[in-house]
Amino acid sequence: MTPVLAWACGVLAVVVAALAGIATVRGHRLDDRLLIAVAVLEAAMLLQAVIGFVALAVTDRSVDGVVFGSYLVTTVLVPVVGAFWALGEKSRWGTGVLLVAALTSAILVVRLEQVWSTGA
Amino acid sequence: MPEQPSSHRTEGAEGAVSPRGSGAMRHGPGRVLVAVYAVLGLSATVRGSYQVLFHFSEAPLAYLLSLFAGLVYVVATAALVRATPRAWQVALVAVLVELVGVLTVGTLTILDTADFPDGTVWGEFGRDYGWVPLLLPLLGLAWLRRTRPQ
Repeated sequence: MTPVLAWACGVLAVVVAALAGIATVRGHRLDDRLLIAVAVLEAAMLLQAVIGFVALAVTDRSVDGVVFGSYLVTTVLVPVVGAFWALGEKSRWGTGVLLVAALTSAILVVRLEQVWSTGA
Repeated sequence: MPEQPSSHRTEGAEGAVSPRGSGAMRHGPGRVLVAVYAVLGLSATVRGSYQVLFHFSEAPLAYLLSLFAGLVYVVATAALVRATPRAWQVALVAVLVELVGVLTVGTLTILDTADFPDGTVWGEFGRDYGWVPLLLPLLGLAWLRRTRPQ
């Protein structure tokens, strides 16, 4: 696991949350620009998951694999499921859903990094 | 027949959805509420299952409560998504259980720390989860009041 990538994922998640939050406040619907931002976040999460599972397999340190693995899987799922749930809502609340998903992603990345660095 | 762009997705043959009709629970602000419920349901259920399976003896009460709370959130999420009059009732019960749960467990964890050596979802009124567990049943009740079936 590289802290650089975790930071990048965290910052991306916060950026998506900010964009989604602004859209919700302004009453904007989900648009392509926001979906591209989610796709970039998802790509970063996928990369992190691949690197994370490899790191888990080769590390000598004692890291709780079940916990770490569940976090990795969840970080990949949350942006996608959030985007699909948001797409079904043709109002400002669609972007509100994305705000929740992005904030959740940010928290998950922080927890993931904690699990990796402290082992639990 | 051309599809009407303005109509919501409908359940079976019930026809167009009115603001208070079937399906209303999962639209508008309810969409976000469902998302928050799903997040809590997932995190509490997964965390609770893991704790019960692997660390049960360390804090049995706290872990069982986490798992129970998670399942209540899952039931609430599913009921809000289904959005039928029957599901509305299920959601109401789930939200009331949450409210009682977070108030009771929140109070107990502050008065008596011995029975709770490790955190639980409703512990200290949901502090581990940014107090969302305390806020959520109130928002849930407000939303259910607005979408009460006639």
